[in-house]
Amino acid sequence: MLKEAKRLSALLLGPAVLISMSGQSLAEEVERWGVNMTQGVTPMSRDIYDLHMLIFWICVVIGVLVFGVMFYSMIVHRKSRGAIPANFHESTKLEILWTAVPFVILMAMAWPATTTLIDIYDTDEAEVDILVTGYQWKWKYEYVNQEVSFFSNLSTPKEQIYNQAPKGVNYLLEVDEPVVIPVKKKVRFLITANDVIHAWWVPDLAVKKDAIPGYVNETWAYVEEPGTYRGQCAELCGKDHAFMPIVVEALPEEEYQQWLAGKREEAAILRELTNQTFSFDELYARGEDVHNRVCAACHQVNGEGVPPTFPAIAGSAIATGAMNDHLSIIIDGSATNPAMRAFGDELSEVDIAAVVTYQRNAFNNNMGDSVQPIDILKYKQGQ
Amino acid sequence: MAHGPATGLSRWLFTTNHKDIGTLYLWFSFAMFMLGGVFALVVRAELFEPGLQIVDPEFFNQMTTMHGLIMVFGAVMPAFVGLANWMVPMMIGAPDMALPRMNNWSFWILPFAFAMLVSTLFMEGGGPNFGWTFYAPLSTTYAPPSVTFFIFAIHIMGASSIMGAINIIATILNMRAPGMTLMKMPLFVWTWLITAYLLIAVMPVLAGVVTMMLMDIHFGTSFFDAAGGGDPVLFQHIFWFFGHPEVYIMILPAFGIVSAIIPTFARKPLFGYASMVYATASIAFLSFIVWAHHMFTVGMPLAGELFFMYATMLIAVPTGVKVFNWVTTMFKGAMTFETPMLFSIAFVILFTIGGFSGLMLAIAPADFQYHDTYFVVAHFHYVLVPGAIFSITAAVYYWLPKWCGNMYNETMGKTHFWMAFVGLNLTFFPMHFVGLAGMPRRIPDYALQFADFNMIASCGAFLFGAAQVMFLFNVIATIRGGKKATAEVWENPEGLEWTVASPAPYHTFSVPPTVK
Repeated sequence: MLKEAKRLSALLLGPAVLISMSGQSLAEEVERWGVNMTQGVTPMSRDIYDLHMLIFWICVVIGVLVFGVMFYSMIVHRKSRGAIPANFHESTKLEILWTAVPFVILMAMAWPATTTLIDIYDTDEAEVDILVTGYQWKWKYEYVNQEVSFFSNLSTPKEQIYNQAPKGVNYLLEVDEPVVIPVKKKVRFLITANDVIHAWWVPDLAVKKDAIPGYVNETWAYVEEPGTYRGQCAELCGKDHAFMPIVVEALPEEEYQQWLAGKREEAAILRELTNQTFSFDELYARGEDVHNRVCAACHQVNGEGVPPTFPAIAGSAIATGAMNDHLSIIIDGSATNPAMRAFGDELSEVDIAAVVTYQRNAFNNNMGDSVQPIDILKYKQGQ
Repeated sequence: MAHGPATGLSRWLFTTNHKDIGTLYLWFSFAMFMLGGVFALVVRAELFEPGLQIVDPEFFNQMTTMHGLIMVFGAVMPAFVGLANWMVPMMIGAPDMALPRMNNWSFWILPFAFAMLVSTLFMEGGGPNFGWTFYAPLSTTYAPPSVTFFIFAIHIMGASSIMGAINIIATILNMRAPGMTLMKMPLFVWTWLITAYLLIAVMPVLAGVVTMMLMDIHFGTSFFDAAGGGDPVLFQHIFWFFGHPEVYIMILPAFGIVSAIIPTFARKPLFGYASMVYATASIAFLSFIVWAHHMFTVGMPLAGELFFMYATMLIAVPTGVKVFNWVTTMFKGAMTFETPMLFSIAFVILFTIGGFSGLMLAIAPADFQYHDTYFVVAHFHYVLVPGAIFSITAAVYYWLPKWCGNMYNETMGKTHFWMAFVGLNLTFFPMHFVGLAGMPRRIPDYALQFADFNMIASCGAFLFGAAQVMFLFNVIATIRGGKKATAEVWENPEGLEWTVASPAPYHTFSVPPTVK
């Protein structure tokens, strides 16, 4: 009996010690273990966090009361302690009481929830507009009226995913090109999708919105501090759903403008490259890079694919057939298999020329031919 | 001469006896429970550590999908139908179900439906990989070819459920013994009556949505294809109009079971019988007007979000009434803690925790952070595992002595309970944490900050699985022998089923009892 009492007191003391810790160190402990929602970096995310904590504590109080009565009964009203059962089984007063009280509590919850929701839905008067498009399995960002647009791919190497290399700090939460936004501006995200439904979610911004083909959803964020904020696709979108993260980089206005200018310059250089002639080796090397970045998700690095949805490129009729058929399937997509979408807008002329050259000569296809960026441009214009 | 069962396989193939069909349903459901459990363990094994180790993402998605489909349609629903078959006629003093031949048919199409569903795993392109909610266009334009078999399997399961529901309604409304008025029926009968209406209302909706998918895939329509003028969000509205009542289909009979068990072991009548009936009916009604709370992030207009938020919050009221009634039933009782009682008490506590997280999820602005994360996974496993699985387990322990005439092994039963209880909480409690910290659901690989809790969850899952093997062993041992059970089995339990011998004779209440 004494032993049991000691054990019980130790168990009871555990949480008491935790509670007596200063608020600061408890918060640190919670932070270290990652057990709670982030407070985030926008006024909205803090409102949502406060709402979350309010409901949580209400639930805790109700839980303590209900479970308290339950455990009291279980300990005291047990047959082994000689309890004699009472026989009451009805009380209209009690029933009315415990219908009405929860109703009042719910109204108290509904009020802050409603005001917060109304704020979230106010997408007017944004200063920056970014069109976000979900693709299997990457995100495209277009800065409306800024002539800047690019794709953002997972940059974690395959070796880390397949446990052949140690995993980095931002494993699966890193991309080749983050979406850049200015701080202290209302940034509106217009969200849609190209193939299946995705969801654009950045916890620190408290923004989660489905990206649906045929719809353009709106949401917004006002980030106060510069920083890098990471998120993921939240709606099951197929095989690589886990591998299309989101990285938002918030910069001060001036740096943001510089970055925009830099992106425009990059695009101009790329347009320039279209007119140049490349050697076979240059195309092949660049093409390998493009293949591994863009095509390998489905067709695999070795070109073997995952038939039947994702056919092999190695030895395929298209990659070892007429050049125009190869260009057609990349630029216009497949007429029969929706998984092979059109890449004509997504890839530059240089990248298409490079990847076609690579695929026709790698994987033992050995066609020996190649194609120049200017030919791609002509093909597109000839359509 | 007593009219006994036929012998051999034909007894089971051609039976129209409610007890035999109940047994078939229960064994089938247990087989599916184990299969769905193995799929879940594949998922948990892959998630034991970050990185891809055991299965590739394509197969992982098939496992999460099949786990959900098998557990919902193969394990939980048939188990409740099996319990209804066994218990409803005995509880209302009827000799059998109202439509015995249809009863046979509604069971025997199920094994074919599930054989077809599981066979898709071996087809070219693999089985369904789009989640148990099969959102279009991932499940239509972008689906593997086997999706057609999935659609046909769903049609058959739906037909089975509708037939089962019609049978239960016909039985309860027409075959009650003299004096068994509606408000004297045990709560298990009441909750099943209401559940059966839900089934008839929403199963055709499910059949409709998969038929629209079939049309989109094979006959050139564009119900859900934006490129053809269709609407992917329409799919979600139709699916959840089925889907939300569906989750109550999986919980209302559980309320009935627990309302039978707690009074028996508290040795005190159920508190607030009438309010329990009204609360069940309110929950059933509300289940039809809350469906879009699964869709807070699809971009509904503000008015829609507010309506579905308020309606969803309202569900807390009747659900709260139920919990308060159970607790008050226990209060000032004289409790003992046999295995069925342990499972029922765990039901009340853990289901309430699932209810709390449900209330949090109802708050639309906060849901933007919770939606499609492990917090949701934690929530619905807290309502479904302690809700449906624990109540079914409690029911089996509670009525098994009546079914087979032998007492089960109490020590093994309690060991099963504690393993399952610890396993469940180890598996699903940490999911609240990783979900809040930002881990999306349905991913085969995750960022490093989620590693510790995922490892704990995987260990818990295997413990939970081991507990179910022990359950199987205990049930088989009880059927084969053990201490003989009395007709009453427990101390003064309430209900007509305890007035017949243990094991219950093949035909009961051929002459209706009189209920005072």
